[in-house]
Amino acid sequence: MAEPSDPNAPWVTPAGMITVALTATLFLFFLQYLPVVPRDGAVQWVWDWIPSLQVRLSFWLDGLSLMFALLITGIGTLVMLYAARYLAGHPQYNRFALYLFSFMLSMLGLVLADNLIALFVFWELTTFTSYLLIGFSHTDPKSRRNALQALLLTAAGGLALLAGFILIGVTQGTFELSQLNAAGSMAEQPYYLGILILVLLGAFTKSAQVPFHFWLPNAMAAPTPVSAYLHSATMVKGGVYLLARMHPSLSGSDVWIYTLTIFGGVTAVFASFMALRQTDLKQTLAYTTLMALGTLVMFLAGSSGYAITAAMTFLLVHSLYKAGLFLVIGIVDHETGTRDANLLGGLARAMPITALAAGLSGLAMAGLPPFLGFIAKELSYAGALTMAISWFVVIMGMAAFALMFAVALIVAWKPFFGPQGDLPRKPHEGPWAMVLGPAMLSVIGLLAGLLPGVTAYYLVEPAVAAVMGAPDVGGRLKLWAGFNLPLVLSLLTFALGFVLYLVHARLRAMLAAMEARAIDMDAGWDVLLDRFMAVAKGQTRVIQTGVLRHYMFVTFAVFALTVLGTLVLRPAAAPALNFAGTGFVEWGIAALIVAGTMVVVLTSSRIAALVGLGVVGIGVALIFIAYSAPDVAITQILVELLVVVLLAVALLKMPHLDRTGKQSHRPFDAGLAVLVGGVTTWVLLRVTNTPFDRRLTDFFEASSWTEAFGRNIVNVILVDFRTLDTFGEIAVVIVAALGAFALLKGGAKRPPEDAPEPAPETAREER
Amino acid sequence: MNSIIFTAGARILVALLFVFSLFMLLRGHHLPGGGFIGGLLGAVAFIVYSLACGPAEAKSALRVSPEGIAIVGLGIALVAGLVSFLFGDPFFTGQWYWVGGDSYETSLFSLNTVLVFDIGVYLVVLGSILSLAYAFEEET
Repeated sequence: MAEPSDPNAPWVTPAGMITVALTATLFLFFLQYLPVVPRDGAVQWVWDWIPSLQVRLSFWLDGLSLMFALLITGIGTLVMLYAARYLAGHPQYNRFALYLFSFMLSMLGLVLADNLIALFVFWELTTFTSYLLIGFSHTDPKSRRNALQALLLTAAGGLALLAGFILIGVTQGTFELSQLNAAGSMAEQPYYLGILILVLLGAFTKSAQVPFHFWLPNAMAAPTPVSAYLHSATMVKGGVYLLARMHPSLSGSDVWIYTLTIFGGVTAVFASFMALRQTDLKQTLAYTTLMALGTLVMFLAGSSGYAITAAMTFLLVHSLYKAGLFLVIGIVDHETGTRDANLLGGLARAMPITALAAGLSGLAMAGLPPFLGFIAKELSYAGALTMAISWFVVIMGMAAFALMFAVALIVAWKPFFGPQGDLPRKPHEGPWAMVLGPAMLSVIGLLAGLLPGVTAYYLVEPAVAAVMGAPDVGGRLKLWAGFNLPLVLSLLTFALGFVLYLVHARLRAMLAAMEARAIDMDAGWDVLLDRFMAVAKGQTRVIQTGVLRHYMFVTFAVFALTVLGTLVLRPAAAPALNFAGTGFVEWGIAALIVAGTMVVVLTSSRIAALVGLGVVGIGVALIFIAYSAPDVAITQILVELLVVVLLAVALLKMPHLDRTGKQSHRPFDAGLAVLVGGVTTWVLLRVTNTPFDRRLTDFFEASSWTEAFGRNIVNVILVDFRTLDTFGEIAVVIVAALGAFALLKGGAKRPPEDAPEPAPETAREER
Repeated sequence: MNSIIFTAGARILVALLFVFSLFMLLRGHHLPGGGFIGGLLGAVAFIVYSLACGPAEAKSALRVSPEGIAIVGLGIALVAGLVSFLFGDPFFTGQWYWVGGDSYETSLFSLNTVLVFDIGVYLVVLGSILSLAYAFEEET
């Protein structure tokens, strides 16, 4: 299971160290704003991107963004260092470092963007880089499937989000989040419900709320550093970030309160039970991440200072301890070869520092004093009591926190301090590059709890102010808040959690039995995808017959009927045929074209038909000459020539046209031809009947020489006035030529049907 | 095509056609012609040659791959557009430099991005059609 790592391979590689150094620099860059933002408020950077569409690349650094930016770059630095060692010697490590770094930048853009469209672009970039990282072990079909599942689900939510953003921009007249939030709640406005549903769809898929939760545990197919970074500390919090960011403009309505409370609460409790059910420690952590996301969404339903403070504190503490624990599990997996909770035990003696980091993170997760986790839990109960359906929030919160307590013991206590386990490999302490991350994160978690005033002033209170839209009263983060109802609830949680830990083995068996009977969303996803593919295949079979004549028939029929419809629905004075001034030359050209057409229709020789078509083309060129358009005429003649020559080369090898076979389609073809010809003639008559608008012609005639120094207007238009169009056209010419080239060349080299699949790269997987 | 007359005539014809295609390219700004027409004529020249002597010899006479010519042409056209940024103008604004004077009338000749762009068009058309034509001939 473990991703291979060669202990002797050099791990200090340019790709790894450059990304670590850049991320650390970014961390320091954001760190300098730590004293600035609480004192002076938000910082803004703006570049105009697409001014005509109001799309601006504007960045907005307030308390919320700063907290996220520090988490992203700080944890990012540690995770990248860890990954360099974890994947040392992996043949595709450089690729991995690039993906991880791209993700870091996208996520940073997401939390800093002030413009909704820019935010959406970064949102989708995180989805995309996450897809690449989940599917990093691309030789494993399961990994590929899970990557695709995460991509489809979150990208579908992203499309809903885009629709919601556009609706916001259209109804509110701005895409800038700072302006939207300053304008206050839009709950009373007509399109509010639609906007809210679309935005929630995006946020819920990204942050894996029930019923879109199933992609997140599957995303654990990614290497462990990715799980620690994307799928626990940063990306999955994107949805939570969005809800927090748009809290001032979207919150406050009943729909907001009840939707978030219920979806968040159900997700939290469901995920906590699922966490207890898992034996793979990585899966356990995945479900506790879901639990945290649910809890955060639930508290964002509230609008009171306590609820928001609880959410922001919990967000901070969760990112610290969860990333740390994921990294610890990675070390354990790396050093012992297993992540099975039943096998692991007694590792503390062999891996003392890892055990200490795990212990500290575990205590923070369990919510014991003096860790920040304890404060977060106290605040959560205090916040829950201020919320709309407080009994529901309290019960859901307590169930989730008690289960978390039990899971913390399973994850952080039992493998290290529990009875000696039966291990595949003799354990050693992990290398320093890997131990550093969890150690630092757990110590920071402890310090943040010991110095609650500092944490509150620099991180939590500015973030709360950003979410509330106004500065809130401070001083809520305290280790000892007096003997009150939240403390009683906390003590009750500890007792309940400890009992759950004692019976967790039996509970796990019960949960497994229940899970076997429940509806499997993951399998349902496969069925959904299969149905979708079946429908796609079915309609392709009907529409794409593969017979060229059918395509041509449909194309021309649609053209003729739609144009005919317009002509009939918008009647105008009947155009009169006017043959005055039509001389011998014009009649001669017309006769030539008609004769060419007759040859094409009647001949049984392909070459003769081709020559007939060539005659028609030359006839058209003659018309251009007769009406003084030499450039167009020359081009037309040359193109006709080339087409005839090229096709003749090909047609020489083909058999004669078979006119003895099925002929039943010919009357229809003839009818359609007459229809298209008639409609086109009618259109031309109507067009030439309307007065000619000379404005463009006048402009080009006047300025061709004065502005572009050219006397050939056609060419001046091509290479000067409308150069960008020409550039697009020649690009199309190349693409078309290369496409046809590939078809002609590729067709000959197609391998036989029974050729064996190229052998996949399996070398690394077998270690 | 096994015709001695055609093969012998083709050599002269091809040279004439090719020079004529360059002539059409250069005169395009004031008289009928330009990159499109020039490129088509150049392609006709090489196709005539390949019909007379076979695609293999025509290809070696061209010396570089037609796809390469097309892509280089697109690059030249793009550079012609990018030059305008150096002078602070919008993308693809024609830039003119009068050699030996300060206007069309007083100068000997001009250097301009418009012609560079047209040369790019010429190469794209020439390369694209030839790559297609050679693929056709080798296929059949």
